[in-house]
Amino acid sequence: MKRLIAGLPFIAAVIFGGFFLWGLNPDRDPNEIPSVLISQPAPAFDLDPVPGLETPGLARSDLVGNERPVVVNVFASWCVPCRAEHAVLTRFVERDGMRLFGINYKDKPEDAVKWLNDLGNPYERIGSDLSGRTGIEWGLSGVPETFIVDGDGTVLFRYVGPVVGPDAVERFTTALTQAGALPNGAGS
Amino acid sequence: MRQLIFALCIGALPFAANAVEPDEMLTDPLLEQRAREISKDLRCVVCQNQDIDSSNAGVARDLRLLVRERLVAGDTDTQVVEYIRARYGDYVLLKPPLEPATYALWFAPIAFVLIGVFVGGGVLMSRRKQEAFEDLGAEDENTVSEILRQNEAGDAS
Repeated sequence: MKRLIAGLPFIAAVIFGGFFLWGLNPDRDPNEIPSVLISQPAPAFDLDPVPGLETPGLARSDLVGNERPVVVNVFASWCVPCRAEHAVLTRFVERDGMRLFGINYKDKPEDAVKWLNDLGNPYERIGSDLSGRTGIEWGLSGVPETFIVDGDGTVLFRYVGPVVGPDAVERFTTALTQAGALPNGAGS
Repeated sequence: MRQLIFALCIGALPFAANAVEPDEMLTDPLLEQRAREISKDLRCVVCQNQDIDSSNAGVARDLRLLVRERLVAGDTDTQVVEYIRARYGDYVLLKPPLEPATYALWFAPIAFVLIGVFVGGGVLMSRRKQEAFEDLGAEDENTVSEILRQNEAGDAS
């Protein structure tokens, strides 16, 4: 009994030390919010096209029944990181054959049209989410966010923030490859 | 004096000001009151650790509007919270729910208090036992007086 009591401070120190060690891990992001959507069916939504754009609108039914998993990217012209991410996503579409759908989040149509005219339009379909309600359905915490959706409508992967920089691109590429979203397993 | 009071009231205004804007509020004061209570228990996912009731973030405003919309549609408080929880997970609840995954969180403090009481009590009890001593028995008395007598005899020689 005495030994047990004498050992208590040591045990407490080990437990607290363990927590501190865990907290020191530089890869741990304390702001990361676990997504409830992973392995769940994608939410139901039906968005009109962006006025002034020839790209058709986006609904849940467009994500289902595709040959390969597809990518849904939530973007806005007012979102600065989206601009950087746009080039990365365009490369994935043009070089690797990724299929990309867009949700234009709380954006003025004219701004979105100008943005896409300036930078190019890699999106097959774009739904205009003016109210932000579809964003809530997707559990959105900010723009940009990118999802990989399986052929049966299951959400396989979620990336919060821009897919920019070697680490992010690598994580995203791995997820794409694992999901089988790229033809012939392309991607680097 | 009146001016002073007025100045104080004006000074207190920023503290009373809230993120909930007039155009969001419901006309029914009862529903609005319920909406405020629900909003205070929901976490803003952008400015984390702030409830959506006091957050100025765009998503927080959208969620406030959604809460009010669900209430107007006739949802109960629980249904509204469940609706948002289904989309954002347990993370949006500022008060974690009581379920098997959170038992450690809820019961650890009680367990630690009990361990503390047990260990602390044990230590105190054992101390008290050491201090209390009983009278020596007749046999021990004899032995002690024998030793004392021998010592005295030794000192005298």
